[in-house]
Amino acid sequence: MRVEAGLGLVMLLAAAAPPPGASSCSGCHGSASPIAGHDAKQMTEALIAFRSGAQPSTVMGRIAKGFDADELGAISAWWAAQK
Amino acid sequence: MIRRRHVLAGGLAIPFVAKGQTKARVVVVGGGFGGATAARFLRQYDPTLDVTLLEPNHTFIACPFSNMVVAGERELAAQRFGYDAVRSDGINLVRAIAMSVDPAARTVSASNGASLSYDRLIVSPGIDIVWGGLPGYDEAAASKMPHAWKAGEQTLLLRQQLREMPDGGVVVMSVPPNPYRCPPGPYERASLIAWYLKTHKPKSKILVLDAKDVFSKQKLFQNAWKRLYPDTLEWVSLSDGGNVTRVDPATRTFETDFGSHPADVGIVVPPQRAGAIAATAGVADRSGWCPIDPVTFESRLVPGIHVIGDAAIAGAMPKSAFAANAQGKVCAAAVAALLRGEKPQEPRLINTCYSLAAPDYGFSVAGVYRPVNGVLTDIEGAGGTSPLDAPDSQRMQEAQYGDRWFATITAEVFG
Repeated sequence: MRVEAGLGLVMLLAAAAPPPGASSCSGCHGSASPIAGHDAKQMTEALIAFRSGAQPSTVMGRIAKGFDADELGAISAWWAAQK
Repeated sequence: MIRRRHVLAGGLAIPFVAKGQTKARVVVVGGGFGGATAARFLRQYDPTLDVTLLEPNHTFIACPFSNMVVAGERELAAQRFGYDAVRSDGINLVRAIAMSVDPAARTVSASNGASLSYDRLIVSPGIDIVWGGLPGYDEAAASKMPHAWKAGEQTLLLRQQLREMPDGGVVVMSVPPNPYRCPPGPYERASLIAWYLKTHKPKSKILVLDAKDVFSKQKLFQNAWKRLYPDTLEWVSLSDGGNVTRVDPATRTFETDFGSHPADVGIVVPPQRAGAIAATAGVADRSGWCPIDPVTFESRLVPGIHVIGDAAIAGAMPKSAFAANAQGKVCAAAVAALLRGEKPQEPRLINTCYSLAAPDYGFSVAGVYRPVNGVLTDIEGAGGTSPLDAPDSQRMQEAQYGDRWFATITAEVFG
């Protein structure tokens, strides 16, 4: 039941409009791997680490600072559901 | 149940509901970074949409990295992209120029005689040069003093003129006031020409005459210039007399209020405006650029017409390829929503631009934007430029990232 609900959520997300900011990501990252299909929790943690500077970066820190944790979570969840 | 489609002032649309075979129609004018993106993502977000792209050129020639072609470090072939993938997305590609728009009838008249009906129109015409805006710089002048601000023949012409210039020659480039396509572009060009001169023609110089005192990524460029091109590149600010008031193409002379600067190679980054169809369609204001709603990119002047890319007055977003691509996706999502009778989502947009001070010396500017009081505004605390004190390894890394960005974005738009 839980697996089906999870798959349903992924399918919903895959079909859903990208949340704010998400569509801009493919300008640099493209619309396939590595961000499409990436684990959502890992991506959220990475983006939060870029934002705080815990993970050094060239541009990602400056970009991640434009979003709060919820927004970064939504972006990560959406990209995780893209194939 | 039959529903009629109405469009109210301000662009609120009651949904277009397909009856039998009829689909909602979107016409996109301009197949560059903005328009080709919008067309493809309209089809992605709603495969039921009938999308037509009006683009006269068979091949798109990209401007980003064209400065490397000018400097002899890249071939123009690397800048060329075709439209096969666009057509494969089920987009109706019309090879013609948009001549006029009838916003009441919702039609675009094309140079091949076609009349294209639309429910929503997205105009992404890029820039046109304002000939004569700089006295002396008319269309004929461009063959003597290239602008190369639209990539292609002009890029090769400038490269050729630099190759033919003897060692000891002087290159002069004029830069206009804001706004213009690609704010850091002239400074990247000056840098890469300086690199070419230092490498191949070390007795030569490049003089940059600017109508501005401040420019994009300024400290990064100026630090790089001091280190790499101290004897090759000179930048003259507005305050120091850099504003060019007239050019003479016959002698390649640049005049300022303070004197005359003759050039062996003269480059004019010219005054510009939104591509011609914008004015014809009524979406350009007196500035020559197009005011838009920051959520939908719908024109503030003509309902039902959206404007994206360089042509748009997009608040804090720069006129860049990255921005045009980002806006294309957001506009496509908004138009798809409007045609379904849904409220478009409040967007966030990102811009990232890489510039080269030398082939392996790159740095970037980034920004994240949201609508505030009807204007796309920088989100506080986000964005900014590369650090001034970054090590050479980071400059090299950013030069490589810039290269990879170009490969990725062109694959998304044309691949």
